[in-house]
Amino acid sequence: MMTLRDLINKLLGREQASANTARERLQLVLAHDRVDMSSLTTDLLDKMRKEILDVVAKYVEIDFEEVAVSLETEDRMTALVANLPIKRTLTGEIELKKNNETSKKK
Amino acid sequence: MSKNTRTILICSGKGGVGKTTLTANLGIALANSGATTAVLDADFGLRNLDLLLGLENRIIYTAQDVLDKNCRLDQALVRHKKEPNLALLPAGDPRMLDWMKPEDMKQISKLLSEKFDYVLVDCPAGVEDGFKNALSACKEAIVVTNPELSAVRDADRVIGILNTSDIKPIQLVINRVRPNMMANQEMLSIEDVQSILSLPLLGIVLEDEQVIISTNRGEPLTLSDSKSPAKKCYLNVSQRLTGKDIPIIDPKNEGKSLKDKFMKLMQTKIF
Repeated sequence: MMTLRDLINKLLGREQASANTARERLQLVLAHDRVDMSSLTTDLLDKMRKEILDVVAKYVEIDFEEVAVSLETEDRMTALVANLPIKRTLTGEIELKKNNETSKKK
Repeated sequence: MSKNTRTILICSGKGGVGKTTLTANLGIALANSGATTAVLDADFGLRNLDLLLGLENRIIYTAQDVLDKNCRLDQALVRHKKEPNLALLPAGDPRMLDWMKPEDMKQISKLLSEKFDYVLVDCPAGVEDGFKNALSACKEAIVVTNPELSAVRDADRVIGILNTSDIKPIQLVINRVRPNMMANQEMLSIEDVQSILSLPLLGIVLEDEQVIISTNRGEPLTLSDSKSPAKKCYLNVSQRLTGKDIPIIDPKNEGKSLKDKFMKLMQTKIF
């Protein structure tokens, strides 16, 4: 959705009005909250996060401080997004800096 | 129970969005229209409804005393001097050790239903026990929110819980609306908030300094003869609540200068 003001802002290269940003941020956070509430409780997500890490840690050494596992919703589809930076493989070679593992929930 | 009493939960999730102010003003407005009305302060830890109504010095008993049979209901009800159709009942007091249980709230609500046309329950903030107790005493709900991220998010959680209960209808009041900021698109619009929460809109209340001034005095705006914008909104909400078929106040029409009209044009959706 775009309003006359948005168009002018865009043409002038200005930042969009904050209400749009607010709406977009809200829609994202609510999608997250609503999934949390219905099926995936925070506890479950935590448990799943731990199990995923355990499995991955069997094969590579993960940078635990940088790990991020979250639910993201776009176009009514919710995805589980895990960002697991790899320090080194277990054989000692540093082959990769980053690895993205993404699996779809719905 | 012969009366068809409407027991209405006034809740928001987040604190400070205007639940208590709405309860006080709606209470006065309903009472003024001739309906006997009780306002029940379900927030026993941080009760404030007495202050807003200017009744803080007249509380002797609480609902807890009625349940414990320390007094009769009539003795615990604090009647408003200027609006005799309105009575306040605090659920408990901050020194109470045990919070009431949902059954206690149900019983209080039943006792009030025998005497009043409307029972407004001012719910504590949060989604924990206090909220769930208050909820169990009610048949319908008004969710109050502000056009602001955290308030809408918390309202969404409350609605999620209400949707799993028998409460119906659940209606929305958007409080502290600033027409100029909305026109500048620097505030979530009424349509944004309503479509995100997908509840029927009961009304909006404009941001208004008079609300603070009336709180200072302990006299709800609906009791005064001021022409303040918020008062107009509270009366609108009250009439719509009683079933009057009148339109919601539209913030777009609240500004009438040339600048406001220009801002309105800028909001036109082009695609």
